Amino acid sequence: MNMSYHQARWARGDRLEPLVFELSSKDRKGIRLPQKLPARPEIPDELIRDSLELPELSEPEVVRHYTRLSQMNYGVDLVFYPIGSCTMKYNPKICDELAALEEAAFIHPDQDEDTVQGALELMYRLEHFLSEIGGVSRVCLHPSAGAHGELLGMLLTRAYHSSRGEDRSDVIIPDSAHGTNFASGAMAGFHVVIIPSNNRGRVDLEALKAAVSDRTAALMLTNPNTLGLFEDEILEIAEVVHEAGGLLYYDGANMNGVLGKVRPGDMGFDIVHFNLHKTFSTPHGGGGPGAGPVGVVQKLEKFLPVPTVEYDRKRRRYYLDYDRPESVGKIRSFYGNFGVLVKAYVYIMMMGPAGLREVGETAVLNANYVMRKMADVRGFEVKFNGPCKHEVVFSAEPLKRETGVTARDVAKRLLDYGMHAPTYYFPPIVPEALMVEPTETETKEELDRFVLAMRAIAEEARSDPEKLRRAPTRTAIERLDEVKASREPILSWRMYKNRAKL
Amino acid sequence: MKKLGLIVNPIAGMGGRVGLKGTDGRDVLRRAIMLGARPVAPDRATAALKNLAQVKNLVLIVTCSHEMGEDEARMCGFDPQVIHHVRSGETTAADTKEAAYKMKRDGVDLILFVGGDGTARDIYEVVGGDVPILGAPAGVKVYSATFANTPELAGIVAARFLTEGLPVREAEVMDIDEEAFRKNRLMSELKGYAKVPYEPVMMQAAKESSTGFDLADQKAIARWMVDLMERGRMYILGPGTTTRAVAEELGIYNSSLLGVDLIMGHKLVARDVNECQILKKIENIPATIIVSPIGKQGFIFGRGNQQISARVIRKVGKKNIMVVATPHKLSTISTLRVDTGDPELDDELQGYIPVVVGYLQTKMVKVTK
Repeated sequence: MNMSYHQARWARGDRLEPLVFELSSKDRKGIRLPQKLPARPEIPDELIRDSLELPELSEPEVVRHYTRLSQMNYGVDLVFYPIGSCTMKYNPKICDELAALEEAAFIHPDQDEDTVQGALELMYRLEHFLSEIGGVSRVCLHPSAGAHGELLGMLLTRAYHSSRGEDRSDVIIPDSAHGTNFASGAMAGFHVVIIPSNNRGRVDLEALKAAVSDRTAALMLTNPNTLGLFEDEILEIAEVVHEAGGLLYYDGANMNGVLGKVRPGDMGFDIVHFNLHKTFSTPHGGGGPGAGPVGVVQKLEKFLPVPTVEYDRKRRRYYLDYDRPESVGKIRSFYGNFGVLVKAYVYIMMMGPAGLREVGETAVLNANYVMRKMADVRGFEVKFNGPCKHEVVFSAEPLKRETGVTARDVAKRLLDYGMHAPTYYFPPIVPEALMVEPTETETKEELDRFVLAMRAIAEEARSDPEKLRRAPTRTAIERLDEVKASREPILSWRMYKNRAKL
Repeated sequence: MKKLGLIVNPIAGMGGRVGLKGTDGRDVLRRAIMLGARPVAPDRATAALKNLAQVKNLVLIVTCSHEMGEDEARMCGFDPQVIHHVRSGETTAADTKEAAYKMKRDGVDLILFVGGDGTARDIYEVVGGDVPILGAPAGVKVYSATFANTPELAGIVAARFLTEGLPVREAEVMDIDEEAFRKNRLMSELKGYAKVPYEPVMMQAAKESSTGFDLADQKAIARWMVDLMERGRMYILGPGTTTRAVAEELGIYNSSLLGVDLIMGHKLVARDVNECQILKKIENIPATIIVSPIGKQGFIFGRGNQQISARVIRKVGKKNIMVVATPHKLSTISTLRVDTGDPELDDELQGYIPVVVGYLQTKMVKVTK
């Protein structure tokens, strides 16, 4: 494969692009503030700072700084980004454009309902779209992320059992689940019971039956699961859990694999979260604004957070309903990340039912294409046979046995080929896992390029394993010390100054 | 300059390919050679040492003469200091022990050995917890947790430990009865806990490489166990580091690592007890057994904790057995196993049981015979 990629590397001397604070020059200005400032608001003296210590730069300096940073990074707008379970599909720009309209971006959550009827209507309609797609009766748009939705789901579970006078302590989670499931269960105060997967990579029914009891509050399940496999015994699983009096929770992270084909509600799920920043194509914001709406079946509606958006048919007016006595309360300020909701709404409107179905079909086709094309690349294997859904998990165990090169090395080397790395070492039930999710927005040519790169890397592992252990070398920053990065992170200018004793 | 002790057991692994399940003892070695066995350890040793070559200038290798380390070190470009002379072709376990003794005396930073469980046991018996050790697997039996996954990885871990510094953790040293093993019976004894470099990817089964923080997991398990403890109930604590963490969470620092202890009311009631003593103490009070499986083999009863006998287990009752294990250890185990000596009880213990793997966290694991 032609290795012509090299990431930009902006540096001054031996240092990479400086921090924006380090680029600051005293009294340099990007914008001119009005000469006459409005009257000073009444702020207590002790809250007023002498200096904000903001960097002082001209507009071109700022633009160039951030453009350079963006060139030393990977993103869906630049490269193939097959990081499994994250659904890094291309996000159409029209969604951003509409979310940036004055009517969407410049309204305030404290505005009177009568002045934001359009925004309320959008949320009302989006709720109904998602209800239809998920097969549930109502949806709360408030949670800001998938894991936030999980937490709400667990709080709803608790509220439901409490309302029936039952104190149920256990939440059952398969060992293939996303790490957030375990954390969400624990954060809501539940005892987490992990069940193993069977030799088909799916829920082990025998273990599930041994795990359920009158203490079972819920089963959290991802379907398709993190191996990209459809839980084909889902109806029996649902029966086991429901018979024990528990609820069924759907982790929607992998919904792209069944979109328009099967609805969680129809599979027996009682609570469903959606990742708008995955399935519904709103950008993943680097930990920034996401949205993890939660849908529920009818018997759980009354526990949803306040406020809900309602429509008064007589007065033809949308309004916010806070009068819900059995609600779990608020899970977030106001009504969720509205800008993200707008983008998802535009996406759904644009695609329509047929379009969404095609998204699911193409995502599954692309993953199966990659799986099949990889079949003769020596060094990688798929542990569980049969077609996959939207993602496929390869094991680099054969390559490691043969060459000592690990899944981590392979993932790092892929960066040198101008592609983002797959998720690695997850799910933990597959040794040397590389989890690849191509998504529906990639072309056949791009998928072929990925397979070529994997083939080239496997050959390099045999001819020059040391090169792979050092990878990446064609990126702005070479291999990072991950332990140091996670143990001693520097997350702010202040931390940096303290660390460097500036 | 860091000092690395290197011990190569040149005959390790020779019995494996010819189906002898080990190479302990002269007669077995002779039989192995007659059956066509060839040395495997020297190649494994050079595979490990190659990955240390980059840090050659920072590390002094201290080793035995000839095939027990010197030859392999020189082949990889090192200039080792020989502290123990052996007669080539006639090395024994005594040489391993002698070398280990001298390395401990000389204050080496790490002993890298190439061999199997027998080699690990011999070295551990001499250095105990005083010197970190690290195995490059070459033996027939590699049940101890002191080994890296491959010889190459052992080299990388050793290099990182010596030059960058890695934390150390305690890992099980297992002693397997070879005679029984040849008859397809797995009889093993927990010999103790050696100090080994802690590297989550290369030193563990790769399965849970991203999440394995053993010590933190032990602490989390211990915290929950203590939260669950009831006054007026006797806790029978089996051997192991995870159960010891439970005792330490209660402020008990003199529990027996390899024995069975009794705890009640957050106090150590009796230390290192036998079956009779346990039965006597729990005659009139409710009791709970807390045990941790042996890594890789998965035994929860019948190996290293025979004091917790079938009679004790029956008296306590199945529902009062709490199995604790870190996710890392569980990842090395396919099923839990029991061998209480009472076939009926073994049958009753079959099926899925919850294993405590963290705070407020259990995992369903199958028990088989």
